[in-house]
Amino acid sequence: MNTIAEQVAPIAAASEVKVETPFRRFCTAFLDSKVATTALIVLGILIFMALFAPLISPTNPYDLAVVSILDSKMPPGTKSLDGVTFLLGTDGAGRDLVSAMIYGLRISLGVGVMSGIFAMAIGATVGLIAAYFGGRTENIIMRIVDIQLSFPAILVALILLAILGKGVDKITIALIIVQWAYYARTVRGSALVERNKEYIEAATCLAIGHRRILFRHLLPNCLPPLIVVGTIQTAHAISLEATLSFLGVGLPVSEPSLGLLISNGFDYMLSGKYWISFFPGIALLITIVSINLVGDQLRDVLNPRLDR
Amino acid sequence: MQIRKTLVLAAAAAAVSFAPQAYAQTLTIGLGTEPTSIDPHYHNLGPNNQIAQHFFSRLIEQDHKQNLSPGLATSWKATDDTTWEFKLRKGVKFHDGSDFNADDVLFSMHRGGNHPNAKSSFGLYTKGKTFTKVDDYTVRVTTAKPYPLMPVDLSSVHIVSDQEKDKWEGEYNNGKSAHGTGPYKLVKWVKGEVLEMVRYDGYHGAKPHWKRVVIKPINSAPSRLAALLSGDVDFIDQVPTVDIARLKKNAKVELSQGVSNRIIYLHMDQYRDNPQYMKSHDGKPLTKNPMKDVRVRKAISMAISRDLIVDRVMEGVAIPAGQLLPEGFFGRSSKLMVQKYDPEGAKKLLAEAGYPNGFQATLHGPNNRYINDAKIVEAIAQMLTRIGIKTTPDTMPKSVFFKRGKNKGPAKPAEWNFQLVGWGSSTGEPSSPLRSLLGTYDKTKGWGSSNRGLHSNPVMDKILDEALATVDDTKRAALLAKATEIGVGEDQGIVPLHYQVNTWAGKKGLTFKARTDERTVAYDVVPN
Amino acid sequence: MTVFIIRRLMQSVLVVFVMSFLVFGGVNLVGDPVEMMVSDEADQEERERVIRSMGLDKPWYVQYGLFVANAAQGDLGKSFVYGEQALGIIVQRMPATFELALAALLMAIVIGIPLGVYSGLNSESRFSKVIMAGSILGFSLPTFWVGLMFIMVFAVMLGWLPSTGRGETVELLGINVSFLTTNGLSHLILPAVNLALFKISLVIRLARAGTREIVHMDFIKFARAKGLSTQRVIMVHLMKNIMIPVVTVLGLEFGGLIAFSVVTETVFAWPGMGKLIIDSIQGLDRPVIVAYLMIIVLVFVVINLVVDVLYSILDPRVRIQDVKG
Repeated sequence: MNTIAEQVAPIAAASEVKVETPFRRFCTAFLDSKVATTALIVLGILIFMALFAPLISPTNPYDLAVVSILDSKMPPGTKSLDGVTFLLGTDGAGRDLVSAMIYGLRISLGVGVMSGIFAMAIGATVGLIAAYFGGRTENIIMRIVDIQLSFPAILVALILLAILGKGVDKITIALIIVQWAYYARTVRGSALVERNKEYIEAATCLAIGHRRILFRHLLPNCLPPLIVVGTIQTAHAISLEATLSFLGVGLPVSEPSLGLLISNGFDYMLSGKYWISFFPGIALLITIVSINLVGDQLRDVLNPRLDR
Repeated sequence: MQIRKTLVLAAAAAAVSFAPQAYAQTLTIGLGTEPTSIDPHYHNLGPNNQIAQHFFSRLIEQDHKQNLSPGLATSWKATDDTTWEFKLRKGVKFHDGSDFNADDVLFSMHRGGNHPNAKSSFGLYTKGKTFTKVDDYTVRVTTAKPYPLMPVDLSSVHIVSDQEKDKWEGEYNNGKSAHGTGPYKLVKWVKGEVLEMVRYDGYHGAKPHWKRVVIKPINSAPSRLAALLSGDVDFIDQVPTVDIARLKKNAKVELSQGVSNRIIYLHMDQYRDNPQYMKSHDGKPLTKNPMKDVRVRKAISMAISRDLIVDRVMEGVAIPAGQLLPEGFFGRSSKLMVQKYDPEGAKKLLAEAGYPNGFQATLHGPNNRYINDAKIVEAIAQMLTRIGIKTTPDTMPKSVFFKRGKNKGPAKPAEWNFQLVGWGSSTGEPSSPLRSLLGTYDKTKGWGSSNRGLHSNPVMDKILDEALATVDDTKRAALLAKATEIGVGEDQGIVPLHYQVNTWAGKKGLTFKARTDERTVAYDVVPN
Repeated sequence: MTVFIIRRLMQSVLVVFVMSFLVFGGVNLVGDPVEMMVSDEADQEERERVIRSMGLDKPWYVQYGLFVANAAQGDLGKSFVYGEQALGIIVQRMPATFELALAALLMAIVIGIPLGVYSGLNSESRFSKVIMAGSILGFSLPTFWVGLMFIMVFAVMLGWLPSTGRGETVELLGINVSFLTTNGLSHLILPAVNLALFKISLVIRLARAGTREIVHMDFIKFARAKGLSTQRVIMVHLMKNIMIPVVTVLGLEFGGLIAFSVVTETVFAWPGMGKLIIDSIQGLDRPVIVAYLMIIVLVFVVINLVVDVLYSILDPRVRIQDVKG
């Protein structure tokens, strides 16, 4: 492992004029791939759109004073009664599809990222504790992690949502519960390696508090694999949310994510009104593919084992 | 390239076309909702009853318009105010070869009313009636009070053989020992996969056309339609409204449409003083419940353009409603008309009632129960918002919606203040909705069980009481009409929206007599 | 080994027990099954009778006690909807799901391994790049959307394959299977491909990674140096070594296939366990939900056990041991 090298590198490099930090090295390596760079840019644009949805989107798809049932199921390019052009048409309730998709993207990304962050926080803490304290604590924690991971996420989420009901908050909770174990396992794996290194031993000898050792010393060195897993898990979470919404246990109709838009549109697909389902599908696909591509490249760059 | 194209076309043609020979004998149906059991007394619900009537007969049959016609009883009459006599058909045999007689009727009525595991029993129809055997082919039924709905009630209970006394479930549920006198015999039933039946040649009624009927449950509407278009099935029910316009242009498909006995309507909380889902126009808590004021209820009705809902949401496949049952049904009022769309008038009424700026409300509804239910809720919310009642639509799956929308008496009223629901009158006359939806809640009388807004008007109750004890059809019809005029008209106890219209689709050359009870019956599908 | 298995089984019993409690408690919180069952016209008295007949008049902990007592005797309760043993209903649906999952697994192996090995051996070739791009797509495409598109294209637009349902079945060793009839096979293709898509991508990646790692190892170089044909080197020496991770992962993923069949079965109206659980969740059929979960836990315990044992046979370096508690 080159972690030691990374530890030493900045100190050695600091004296030189041209600072080559690990971060910069990482950036160069990442941008080496054109595909990954493109994916990163696309992802950036998507995140921007999701964050500023109310400013970007042509209409507010949730404002009933604007949305009219008279405009429902209009094909792409139609003009509404008030003279607004529906670039990608409207859905069954008369919402402008472009707006509905931007807001849907916001929900999809929001649910994916929020659940990822919380799951990561919980999982990383638990994983660190397991690795650092070892013994009985570790056994119990890892047993629970193993058991949870032996069940497919979709089943666990399905059962959870059957109990919890629908809603953005509920699906986020369900996704946190199904994801935390992945992070716990990842962090524990790398923390175990780190734990036996001299700097931790030194820290322990200096009688620095557990919490400080855990979060100031151990955690930063477990970050690279955590970032990789986090990226890929977020793509998973988004896909899972869409699937659960399709199965009718995810989100309520009043807050359609991309997945729910696809699902709603399927009713109209065979009637030749393809756009209601097709465009959100493409948007979902682009989102997931770009996250996966970024994740792939991250893994290649951060994982020394695959160094070419 | 050319070859490939030809191949594609050929394959497509093969899939869509049908072979008339094989067709003449077997009918394959893609059914939206599967029955839960073959036992005809297990679950009193449309999907079960529609299958049961293939295998079992009733004393009195209901035709596709819910008119009564002789079944296993050849004639019936009221011999006095509280006694009815049924003459039974002779020479009828069950599928297992045993003879049908009065004992079977007595047994079936007992079983229907007392099935220990029934999820929804037929006790509704057998309660308060005493059945006695006069001779092998005559049954007498007595009641404590005059009971005009006798023939209608008994047209809902299927007759089973008394040879199978002890089989309450198991073999009966999966159909292995469920023997009836109906036009079809069960061949096999694999749940979720296929239900197959063959014609019973000893059937006492008209011989059905199809020798073999295969029913495939496909509950996703687009998939069901795809199965029809790709030739997997010959006939489907519950055609989604959005596809109807396009199917009409499809030369390979023939549609059958008919109005149902199901009305879609709104319940308004007329009981609470502090409705939890309503607020004043600027978001403050309300001191009184606006919906207790009949003017507000009328304003809501006037603010809704039923034509627009029918046209845009229902794709033209529904009929605007002004009362409880569509035209052609018994006991309808000739005076009640469909409320005209009048937003200005609605605003005026609202102002008169003391709400010139309107108020805020939440309209709850299911999203997987009635045709386009969630979209109707959204449309109504849009329309009410325009007259000042700022309405938030909130729809949820029926499994959650109905629990919270259920009224359990004045002590525990429905959680929702304003909700969209539907009602199908299986009896084909308005006494059932009047009693359940508008009658004052009374557990002992069995009234108001679905009166989700807890509407109450003693005057209407009294007229309805009188109607339910009037055996004379003409007089009863007039009383029922009068009760409807008060409950729906004057009081606006509920806001009727539209009657559901059901659509079936089959391959060209197949016609179906669309049924008002929404059932899909194989022997009503006929080649033309 | 025996100790390991016994320990594992005991642990599983505990898991089943905890799960049953959580799920039983959980499903009792949502919805009202009575409202889902009774007819619109039922009066109050009738509703109360139904509540009693389903045992819902008792407090939930009494219901749970009864459930555990019955479950100990192998009775997982009667379905609210069908009025039959929940266990029986689920077992009846099992063959359909297993058939679908096995078909998908087979596809994943037959398509995934050759593509993965090829791309591992020629990682710079154009075709290899196409394969990898395809596998990224396979990972990213949401199963349900692909399923919808399949129906749209192959069933409705082209009319080549049936859109939904399971075709004709014949009995094989007492189980109904559909892959032995043409009609059944034609119904199987779309759902199986749909379900397999994700796993094909996974196998491609595993096989590729394994190949790339092993190709540079000494024993392969040695085998080549010995003058063995490339074909033999690939087929025997390479395959043997990449099979270990592939088998492990696929074994574990078989469970995933069964789980994901929930989606495929819903899209294609495939009458398996997955569709049953969705219907049961929507219909609030609590006994079936609980029973399904118990069975799934059992299935997974068995799969994991088999994979562990298989792994130790394939790779003697791995010795089965359990963490001492």
